Amino acid sequence: MKAKKSSSPLARTTGIFFGIAFVCACFSDLAITTVDPWAEFSRLLAGILTPDFFSTDSLMLSLGYTLAFALLGVALSNIIGFGLALLFFSRTVRVFCAVIRSVHELFWALIFLQLFGLSPLTGILAITIPYAGIIAKVYAEILEEADPTPLQALPDGTARISAFVFVRLPDAFAHFRSYSMYRLECGLRSSAVLGFIGLPTLGFHLESAFKEGHYSEVSALLILFYFVIATMRFWMRRPLLPLYLIIAVIILPWGAEFSASNIVRFLTEDILPHPLRDPSASMVEWFHLIIIEQAVPGIIATLQLTMVALIATGLLTMIFFPLISPLLLGPNARGIGHVFLVITRSTPEYILAFVLLQLWGPSMLPAIVALALHNGAIIGHLVGRYTEQISLRPDTPAGANRYFFEISPRVYRPMLALLFYRWEVILRETAILGMLGIATLGFYVDSAFADLRFDRAMVLIVITAVLNICVDAISRKVRSYLRLQTSLEHR
Amino acid sequence: MTLIEIRGESAGYSGQTVLSNLDFSIEAGERIALVGESGAGKTTLLRLIYERSGSNAALVPQEFGLVQALTVFHNVYMGQLHCRSIWRNLHNLLRPRRDDVAEVEKVVEKLRLEDKIFTGVGELSGGQQQRTAVGRALYHPGDLLVADEPVSSVDEHQAQEILETINGEKNTVVIAMHDRALAIQFADRLIGIKSGEIALDVPAAGMKPSDLDSLYQVSSS
Repeated sequence: MKAKKSSSPLARTTGIFFGIAFVCACFSDLAITTVDPWAEFSRLLAGILTPDFFSTDSLMLSLGYTLAFALLGVALSNIIGFGLALLFFSRTVRVFCAVIRSVHELFWALIFLQLFGLSPLTGILAITIPYAGIIAKVYAEILEEADPTPLQALPDGTARISAFVFVRLPDAFAHFRSYSMYRLECGLRSSAVLGFIGLPTLGFHLESAFKEGHYSEVSALLILFYFVIATMRFWMRRPLLPLYLIIAVIILPWGAEFSASNIVRFLTEDILPHPLRDPSASMVEWFHLIIIEQAVPGIIATLQLTMVALIATGLLTMIFFPLISPLLLGPNARGIGHVFLVITRSTPEYILAFVLLQLWGPSMLPAIVALALHNGAIIGHLVGRYTEQISLRPDTPAGANRYFFEISPRVYRPMLALLFYRWEVILRETAILGMLGIATLGFYVDSAFADLRFDRAMVLIVITAVLNICVDAISRKVRSYLRLQTSLEHR
Repeated sequence: MTLIEIRGESAGYSGQTVLSNLDFSIEAGERIALVGESGAGKTTLLRLIYERSGSNAALVPQEFGLVQALTVFHNVYMGQLHCRSIWRNLHNLLRPRRDDVAEVEKVVEKLRLEDKIFTGVGELSGGQQQRTAVGRALYHPGDLLVADEPVSSVDEHQAQEILETINGEKNTVVIAMHDRALAIQFADRLIGIKSGEIALDVPAAGMKPSDLDSLYQVSSS
């Protein structure tokens, strides 16, 4: 009897996504438009190699602000997120969390900027709100996955609170702690990027130093940032947390005042559709302008870029993970690999894209490369760590044969699970990169804010959020179709 | 011709000595069965033998060492990865070549897996997976086969068949086995392990399973 060859659902899905990405790439603008990208790059490289830590006195202060925003934002979102996680049985709470986390930190920051100006409240809330939505979901999943057997062993009549505190919480707490550390790392990146819209964090100085060509200052800022993230394990101690939070509250510049009338006007007038306020304007025209001229091209560009970036991320992951895998490289090479991956994943996509845009000029290429590098490094790190659990038979081949036959087939499934899990993150980030001038949804949101057309901005933000929720739903479908699962520590 | 010679050595893993005073040699053409209680050190001795024999030896590990995400064809083909160019290997990984499929098919047929050749190993039963692992070792071009309990997951009839196939394909064979009758029937030399030493090293001809009882009893001393 002859056995038939049939392609697996895994291979078919990979093929379909490759096909979609290929078509998207064909319609993408991938040109390098700067006259001499290498000259600028070599100047950047020279600057990176000669960091100047004393160029401005504000260096340490901006680092302090970055830490303060991240600590306060993540601490608050932890408390709120935990509370919401306990209410996650309610559909309303679940939808609410999905909505607040589908709007990116920078969009929240742009909204709060209209309400509170450059007050620290803007930065803290911009981190707290979306993070609370994310944390609520993850904590709820952690609580759900806790081992149910001890619960059944409890004496009859045990109060629900005691059962929760004695059985669920102790199990989940270790997961909460490690996840909070990961969130703090994300919070530091978000906080740094908030500088790009004017808050006094690292991004603010990074942008000006870059635009003025002070690459040695750029280098110093980035090195300090990496140092803070790399040493987090050592300075982030639970007993010290209250102290850190008090210092954070003290150092932030609370001076800026905000007027209550401003806030009321924004909420009750500015964000209402313009035709409602001005009867002479046509609702149809208003709608037509937003949907046809901005939302539709914005959505197309966002999805197009997301798909290409998703596949590019997968490809880079398969190249990156061997760099830290003990099955493929010796300890010295792995050391270099670790440093490379830490730097690449600690650099926010937004900053990477900003740098590449300066070097290559405006097109979709910088955004795709930035997204693929950052996310590829994150997933590559997780996959590389995963390979440590693989035990190979004593007679395995070495080198390329080992990579292709022994390792890659084993890591492909977990790699895809992580990749599809990050699909939504990549989309959120793609939309945001529009603020750098690439024509994704963020571009139209940013210009609406710049033109003080807040009604338009709100509609576009809502559209972005809906797009996000849709992609999240599709990703969940694909993952359940392929029976892909991510384990707790990989979130 | 002596393939392996071990004189007064000890063996173990992660710094612990499991076997000591090892003193034996393996000649080409011998069929050796390692017997002894589970935990006596059969796997340790097999590993020592395998490590000494270099690329001439094919191995069937106790836990199979299969790549679950790949098909039977791929897993068996991996027995000759080191003999082929990387390009040919990649070609076969993505789209199996007809000539290599034909070669692998010959091995797979002997193990009655021909209808599963393009099935993912993850979908196979334990016995089928074990036969795949044996298939990979048979496809290996080496003359010596070192196998750790290679028929533990298949029924008696299949076990006979697989051992006969192994005997027919490989010149020299070293197999750890817990089934004493099968060991005596298949091997021409028995090595028994007890209390961290080789307690028995005799020709298999004329032995009865009960002759090996002393290996499995708690020593009175």
